[in-house]
Amino acid sequence: MSGHGGAPGAMARPGPDGRFGEFGGRFVPESLVPACLELEAAFDEAWADPAFRRRLDDLLAHYGGRPTPLTECRRLSERLGVRVVLKREDLAHTGSHKLNNVVGQALLTERMGKRRMVAETGAGQHGVAAATAAALLGLACTVFMGEVDTERQALNVFRMELLGAEVRTVRSGSRTLKDAVNEALREWVATVEDTHYCVGSVMGPHPYPYMVRELQRVVGEEARRQCETLLGGPPDVVVACVGGGSNAAGTFAGFVDTGARLVGVEAAGGAAATNGVPGVLHGMRSRLLQDEDGQILEAESISAGLDYPGIGPEHAYLGAIGRAEYQVATDQAVLEAFTLLSRTEGIIPALEPAHALAWVIAEAGRSIPPGATVLVTLSGRGDKDVAQVKDLLGSSQRQR
Amino acid sequence: MSGPGRLEAALRDRRAEGRKLLIPYVMAGMVADWVPVLQAVAAAGADAIEVGLPFSDPMLDGPVIQAAGQAALQAGTTVAGAIDRLATADLGVPVVVMTYYNLVFRTGHRRFAAALANAGVAGALVPDLSLEEVDPWAGAADDAGVETVLMVAPPTPLDRARQLARRARGFLYAVARMGVTGERADLDAEVSATVERARQVTDLPICAGIGISTPAQARAVSQVADGVVVGSALVRRVLEGAGPEGAGSFVAELRAALDG
Ligand SMILES: Cc1ncc(COP(=O)(O)O)c(C=O)c1O
Repeated sequence: MSGHGGAPGAMARPGPDGRFGEFGGRFVPESLVPACLELEAAFDEAWADPAFRRRLDDLLAHYGGRPTPLTECRRLSERLGVRVVLKREDLAHTGSHKLNNVVGQALLTERMGKRRMVAETGAGQHGVAAATAAALLGLACTVFMGEVDTERQALNVFRMELLGAEVRTVRSGSRTLKDAVNEALREWVATVEDTHYCVGSVMGPHPYPYMVRELQRVVGEEARRQCETLLGGPPDVVVACVGGGSNAAGTFAGFVDTGARLVGVEAAGGAAATNGVPGVLHGMRSRLLQDEDGQILEAESISAGLDYPGIGPEHAYLGAIGRAEYQVATDQAVLEAFTLLSRTEGIIPALEPAHALAWVIAEAGRSIPPGATVLVTLSGRGDKDVAQVKDLLGSSQRQR
Repeated sequence: MSGPGRLEAALRDRRAEGRKLLIPYVMAGMVADWVPVLQAVAAAGADAIEVGLPFSDPMLDGPVIQAAGQAALQAGTTVAGAIDRLATADLGVPVVVMTYYNLVFRTGHRRFAAALANAGVAGALVPDLSLEEVDPWAGAADDAGVETVLMVAPPTPLDRARQLARRARGFLYAVARMGVTGERADLDAEVSATVERARQVTDLPICAGIGISTPAQARAVSQVADGVVVGSALVRRVLEGAGPEGAGSFVAELRAALDG
């Protein structure tokens, strides 16, 4: 194990105030504080309850398709000169890691005696997952989605409706993910008595960042065991894309106590870890894209799932203590990575994890030494993005 | 802070006279003549005025106040600019600034508190600052002589209400309805229970707000609470072009209902 492994307390339970260092906390109106306290108590109790854990594990296995495999990328590795393995969350039911979180939160909803979930969604993956888990457990579900995203992810809107969820188009603000979160929070304040807010990433007021990381921890823990078998130990580099940061947090949780270099990759147009400054939004203190006055800026990326001006508070903390680093990928590099993985491995990635791949492609042989082992969490499959990428690549692709 | 602040003293005095308190809400910068709107509102019988500073992501606001905030931001309203205008507005009643925590945090607790104090602003309401997170701001505000108003909500248990009341300055804000700001046809029956709970833990003035939109509703709520906050109903009129005159006459109607 090399020098920077296992910072003390890294990725432990936050204190009762929900802080990861200076980040995190619970910045919500008084109307929502009792619900956050109730959720915190319910999660702590459930997480310590073997029967709850068994039911969750059972659903993730027999309904969700876990464990997801670890796939060695032979042709891509040859090309890059580094050994790339993929954690295949694209093969989980509904096509992304989002299912891990929503099954847990749907079970909690039931356990708290609530009968409805609200959720925000960007790309639509979390919304589809939430609608799926709601259908599975017979809960009502309302999903908020920005108008920009309902347009670029129209098929996912239909999927959610097919699954019995109500989709509400959000026309306020930048009409993307952050506004969907605002609208979901507003709805939650009005309906909190019988409704659980199923947050889609490691963000929001305490206990959400902690709870969602724990629910996604399965990704990292499985990958750790699989790396042990395939590579004989942890990889040299662990890479995941970061919107709010749930697939990255779940992945990192499995490796934070090793010497692996942990890298989160954001969209260049939504790089809150890199360009954000400390602030408070959506119930948490974290790094945010904002102006001098504190007005939140709009993120801009081809990937709806990464179009968020903030980052989960634990990532802000892991960055601050130097245990993880946060890098960016441009839209152009992402499109190239999307195409490259499709052609070399026969796997069409979602645009979000294509960011993680784009960084690996750019850094192989540079900051990733030749021959190094690299684990990339392939957080979702690309089906939802194919139409958009077709438009973006246009005729240039066909002419080749 | 020693003794009650200016806001609390003013509201206590008026309550002692048997007057029901009226606190209208106006968004800074929402229309070009927002300062004359404030002046008309003050002249029409407000006991204090809540002035919103626009934030890009107002999670406790419904469509009307969201629209006012967007209009204000589009018109170039800044935190410093709005506070400067308040300094010279000469309203004759205490002003409570209402905004979201990121604007306070970004400016800095002490700088924000000093800016409000220098502009003669009496109090501040920052709804996304929970009791657990309020101390850094509330301490700076106390030191600057700015009164931090806190909210008690329908699900707030009694012991928590007691802690909130202890930290609150100026008045205690009783959330009249679960949900965001906005006009509602009906009052929530819960408002009485919330005000009663607040009454058990404080003798600060208790004003109810969120969802109170008509003179009749204001009057009904003032049977239990010491006063009311009216936001969206006034802001909508101003956005529709009511101007200072229309704003003043709506506030006068509210005043008459409370006095009636
Ligand atoms: C496939 C996929 N990966 C990643 C993300 C980003 O979320 P997070 O950073 O929480 O993993 C999304 C969000 O929609 C997604 O759909």
